Amino acid sequence: MRAFAYTRATDVAAAAVAGHDGGRFIGGGTNLLDLMKLQVETPAHLVDVNHLGTDGIEPFEGGLRIGAAVRNSDLAAHKVVRERYQVLSRALLSGASAQLRNKATTAGNLLQRTRCYYFYDTAKPCNKRDPGAGCAALDGFNRVHAILGGSAHCIATHPSDMAVAMRVLDARVETTARVIPIDEIYALPGATPHIENTLAPGELITSVLLPPPPSGRQIYRKVRDRASYAFALVSAAAVIDISGGKIRDARFAFGGVAPMPWRNEAAEALLRDAPANDATAETFCDALLAEAVGHGGNDFKFSLLRRTIKAVLTQAAT
Amino acid sequence: MNLAKLALRVNGRLEQREVDPRTSLLDLLREHLALTGSKKGCDHGQCGACTVLVNGRRINACLTLAVMHEGDEIETIESFAEGGALHPLQAAFVDHDGFQCGYCTPGQICSAMGMLQEWRAGMPSQVTQDLGQTEIALSAEEIRERMSGNLCRCAAYPNIVKAIAEVAERGA
Repeated sequence: MRAFAYTRATDVAAAAVAGHDGGRFIGGGTNLLDLMKLQVETPAHLVDVNHLGTDGIEPFEGGLRIGAAVRNSDLAAHKVVRERYQVLSRALLSGASAQLRNKATTAGNLLQRTRCYYFYDTAKPCNKRDPGAGCAALDGFNRVHAILGGSAHCIATHPSDMAVAMRVLDARVETTARVIPIDEIYALPGATPHIENTLAPGELITSVLLPPPPSGRQIYRKVRDRASYAFALVSAAAVIDISGGKIRDARFAFGGVAPMPWRNEAAEALLRDAPANDATAETFCDALLAEAVGHGGNDFKFSLLRRTIKAVLTQAAT
Repeated sequence: MNLAKLALRVNGRLEQREVDPRTSLLDLLREHLALTGSKKGCDHGQCGACTVLVNGRRINACLTLAVMHEGDEIETIESFAEGGALHPLQAAFVDHDGFQCGYCTPGQICSAMGMLQEWRAGMPSQVTQDLGQTEIALSAEEIRERMSGNLCRCAAYPNIVKAIAEVAERGA
């Protein structure tokens, strides 16, 4: 690990100043320290943002304000989240291990970096780690990689479960500068895969805002290589309102398939007022996957995603 | 090298050290405080052998910096036995043969301690059927899911589950 200076910030303003001057924020540290050990990340200054008083969960405009430093385990176990935002609780509980969830924070989870194995391997070219170096995943082992939202420069996926649930719940992210919809904090790779978010230097996430939950059944379904403690190959967060065999409204967000928690509202519109059956699911999948690109190793994600969507819709209808 | 001053409580004792900020909590325990019960398996948060309790909660000591724990209370496996008497979890691991080589065992036991506290507090897991429930039956499936962050390459899992289930039932 490269040497760094360490500062424990005591208020949000001081943390933002330190961040603006090149400091790297550290919350739970479960991802950042892992990457620092491998020298994938080499920050010169770490700013500890665990003591800013941003660790509360409170009612907000009929929904919730979740502090940036709230631990994943506390958020999953929170009474209101368990009652009204079950998809979020389920998504959190399906991620990582109990030890990691006890450390990992809300903001850190949103901004965690890809688990692409070429990004982790400093002996391999990676445009995200070393802009212009090339991408070893495109023609390499790309079983875990993106089929949506990738580019000719990077096909890494965003690994979060939590963010997928937050996307389907129309969460907004509050920073020291603004409040923005959750999808707007992420940047697609394009020609600059090293730029993963739209946050300015020193802009610190202070909370995530959840509106009141949409009506309908909330489901999180995660498909992976092990029953526990593994990243998603494909995951789906859904809120589906069905009555009389007909879909009144349905929202889907996906993990494991794209560089950010993925959602396609135009495709969702095809579900509205349609019968809750496999044919409807196929129509939705066709639209969702219209621009998807496989790279060989991850071609199976097309059918896996279709089957996952059908399973979720079937579960919602029963 | 810039050293950082650090004061924290480890197994009830106030410890003060000057450490390189890069020092993980695990390295502080093992290399600076000679508490070698906590093990370094993967050093990347994947195996759970380094699990300790910080302010009563289980975490991976390898994925956190010592300097981030100024003022915290750390409990390691060395604090479990009292006056030569094994802690009920330790005794149950022996009784049920919950290990072969024993390398993962300190992490398993610290993790089980944290897990039982989480369960008693009503925290749900991925396999909890009803999220509204806070009195959750600690089935073998629940124990396996809640302990999935601790790997055992000898695969003593069935006996680890039995040991933990026995302690949970007895309420130790």
